Amino acid sequence: MSVTVREIEFKDAPARLAQAAPSASAQQAGSAGTPQGIEDLQSEKMVLNMGPSHPATHGVLRILLELDGEIITKATPDVGYLHRGDEKIAENMTYTQFIPYTDRLDYLAPLANNVAYALAVEKLLGIDKALPERCQYIRVICCELARISAHLLGLGAFAMDVGAMTVFLHTFQEREKIYNLAESLTGARFTTTYTRIGGVSRDLPPGWVEQCRKFLDEVVVNFDESEKLLTRNRIFVDRTRDIGVIPKEVAIDFGLTGPNLRGSGVDFDMRKAHPYLVYDRMQFDVPIGSVGDCYDRYLVRMEEMRQSVRILRQCLDQLPGGPVNVPDGKVRLPEKERVLTKMEELIHHFILVTQGVNAPPGEVYFGAENPKGELGFYINSRGGGTPYRLKIRAPSFVNLSILSWLLPKHLMSDTVSILGSLDFVMGESDR
Amino acid sequence: MSAQELASKLVSNFGDLLSGPTEFRGEWTLVVRDAERIQEVCAYCRKELGFDYLVDISSVDNYGDDPRFTVVYELYGYGHRAHLRLKTDVSEEGCELPTVTNVWRTADWHEREIYDMMGIRFRGHPDLRRILMWEGYPYFPLRKDFPLSGKPTELPEVAFTRPAPLEGGPFVTVSGGKDTIAREPRARLPETDSLQTISRLERSRDFDRADEQKNNINPKQ
Repeated sequence: MSVTVREIEFKDAPARLAQAAPSASAQQAGSAGTPQGIEDLQSEKMVLNMGPSHPATHGVLRILLELDGEIITKATPDVGYLHRGDEKIAENMTYTQFIPYTDRLDYLAPLANNVAYALAVEKLLGIDKALPERCQYIRVICCELARISAHLLGLGAFAMDVGAMTVFLHTFQEREKIYNLAESLTGARFTTTYTRIGGVSRDLPPGWVEQCRKFLDEVVVNFDESEKLLTRNRIFVDRTRDIGVIPKEVAIDFGLTGPNLRGSGVDFDMRKAHPYLVYDRMQFDVPIGSVGDCYDRYLVRMEEMRQSVRILRQCLDQLPGGPVNVPDGKVRLPEKERVLTKMEELIHHFILVTQGVNAPPGEVYFGAENPKGELGFYINSRGGGTPYRLKIRAPSFVNLSILSWLLPKHLMSDTVSILGSLDFVMGESDR
Repeated sequence: MSAQELASKLVSNFGDLLSGPTEFRGEWTLVVRDAERIQEVCAYCRKELGFDYLVDISSVDNYGDDPRFTVVYELYGYGHRAHLRLKTDVSEEGCELPTVTNVWRTADWHEREIYDMMGIRFRGHPDLRRILMWEGYPYFPLRKDFPLSGKPTELPEVAFTRPAPLEGGPFVTVSGGKDTIAREPRARLPETDSLQTISRLERSRDFDRADEQKNNINPKQ
């Protein structure tokens, strides 16, 4: 016997009211002594304050839910509890100084944020196509490792929220290895600050490629295990299938990006549509969903991780030698030895550190395919080393705006599935 | 169809209303001369030109210029995969322009954010409230005349802080200053002519006074 949650028929509030009205009037006609309380019970709404500190809101999201029994009639998301004014801060420092702040946007994928930001500034400088090959490959490796890490967490937390605790422990085991890789690459586990304008802070350490290969071999086993625990798990399927359905048109209308958009069946990936770095040389598939429910979004993320492994393997195989930074000393800090011995490099170093890279006046927008969706930076420059205005187009912020449309008519308990499947990060949403 | 073709199609339809298109780093930008007609232009972009995805709306405060604000729309179409930027100026007096929430529903939160951060109102927006700051916060923090260190509010220890340690200092670059060749580092004064330094000095004086008066909000600020 298969009973999915959605098979429990429930109508929207006006239809229920219309149904209740004739029977109430019939009752009144029949007997004058009908208890008055029934009608009141049916129409009374309860407001439930979910968050800002709630395990399913993954951070500090607050949702005001108006409930009719167990059914949500109105949802008002409230964001901003983690607002730090990153855009204001960016206006008051050089382009390079802002890189550490990008770690703290989507703090589950700091490496990918670093790359996206560096590429946006490089687009403004006009050097995004002139990056050394090795730098581009390393950046792709960073992006894909970050994607696996972010999806593993999203998946683990999603599964745990709907009751499958084991998956969380499985995925965190693998994330630990990614953090170890990040630590040996950048010196930090979370706040990586790895990229620089025109390059990366350091080359791959010796033996890192082998470590990474070993990790890739191990992580695919883990994907299989997690998938066995979830994909055909009755409880998981019942709680996610046909829940939180976002049709294609609505997803586009609300500006969803990333796995949430692809889960709704839109075949769009920035890495394919507008390949940056060396993504045009990589062979990978873009998974898309068919229905647009929570289950589809889960499947899309699961497959994206496998594709990331594919990309990573190709990168590690093709990884060329050579420099990792642009040779221009006016963009990227020169070698330390040369700074200490040569006048030219000393001047470059001084100017870069004190005033920053000399960007031309103009405005650019660059969007990168991050784990959560399209992370975009709009930079308005009036020349000099500081952005006049830097706007961060945060995918989580935009993805969350659909909640007030998506949540009504769902059961209260479905909120947890929907939030888990949207996979947002408040650090990025609130900036 | 490329962004350039789409832009020229838009120009041929609206004529004098639009100026441009200009190109920078492969991106095409059109300026809508009359902010009141932005909704009309956007609706045309979506319906006729296939820009079904509104990537982002940002706002720029051109402090000291008239008109003071610029609202920037980033458009994208999944069909033709072209990106187009629309810009329109909003004056400080009116500080208002029509909403585009009825064109793309995603504009809802973007417009709320701009209202919250810059104080630009969107006429016809269904629910124009603050989004990142709390309801009742009195300022618009992304305006250029709002100091980096914050301003005092009724919540003294929460809503304002000390000046940032390097703000206005000799090694902090100010946006829109001279380019590197023009500002030879050894001869450069720490931007003494800029408003920022003056306001910094004033503010630090006010903070000293505020210390004396212990949480007494200074009316000058």
